[in-house]
Amino acid sequence: MAQPVAGILTPQPVSMPAIPVREILPWAIFGGLLMLIALYFIGAEQGATALIQGHAVHEFVHDGRHLLGFPCH
Amino acid sequence: MTRILLVRGMLAGFVAGLLVFALARWIGEPQVERAVAFETSMARAKGEAPEPEIVSRKMQSSLGLLTATVVDGTAIGGIFALVFAFAYGRLPVRSPRALSAVLAVLGFVAIAAVPAVKYPANPPSVGNPETIGVRTGAFFLLIGVSVAAAILATQVERSLHARLGAWNASLLAVMLFVVVTASVSHFLPEFDEVPAGFPITLMWKFRVAALEMQILMWGTLGFFFGWLADRELKARRLHG
Repeated sequence: MAQPVAGILTPQPVSMPAIPVREILPWAIFGGLLMLIALYFIGAEQGATALIQGHAVHEFVHDGRHLLGFPCH
Repeated sequence: MTRILLVRGMLAGFVAGLLVFALARWIGEPQVERAVAFETSMARAKGEAPEPEIVSRKMQSSLGLLTATVVDGTAIGGIFALVFAFAYGRLPVRSPRALSAVLAVLGFVAIAAVPAVKYPANPPSVGNPETIGVRTGAFFLLIGVSVAAAILATQVERSLHARLGAWNASLLAVMLFVVVTASVSHFLPEFDEVPAGFPITLMWKFRVAALEMQILMWGTLGFFFGWLADRELKARRLHG
């Protein structure tokens, strides 16, 4: 008897559908890659590795890199 | 649905980045300024010519810092939303707001706290430029291991949940996470590159500021994204 009562008292559906992986995957690949590239430029470019010559990117985000805990120089 | 969550995550991360910028200006920049002054006086004492200033200090501490915190926040917010999209309906946490808070705690521990215990944030003038390659590699490797350990621990909790109950299964999962991350941290290289005479109180204040910035970042993400996701998911449930 306890079961139906609990069912009535619970306003929201008991089970929620998970978002299918095939719907998440394209977003995860393209979105995730984009986010990681952004993090690379903020956190590591012109440190251990450099895609762009010089120190301009490194120097521009210098304070943020130190305070966000990335290895800087 | 994934697109909607991703955009909300990036928005929450953007806002978190703005708040982190404000906090960094307030408690972080004074320490960076003092550390830069130490670095300059050390170079002068050694008789080195001052480095050419490519970007002015003013630019570094304003627009540069803002760019770093906002891009960092937005990117982490986006990835956070993608993880949420996968976890929703797959982890036993039903409420979107509670799930967001749980994931933020896991993210903070795995991505910010565990790597920081081994490789804490360093102010300017700390760190040998010659070891930057190894330091960067070790830092990101530790983040990778820590994230993998957190996923593994979550899986272990799920599989033991029915047999041992929530409390014991969670306790075992946490222990597994601590043992894996602590052992890997132990065997990763150590870098002792603090110059002699660097003020220890400055180091403490700098690292506390860096930690507080991470708490603010993940806290904002967990609560603000949870609220946004809850609204979206509730609207979907009511209207089909």
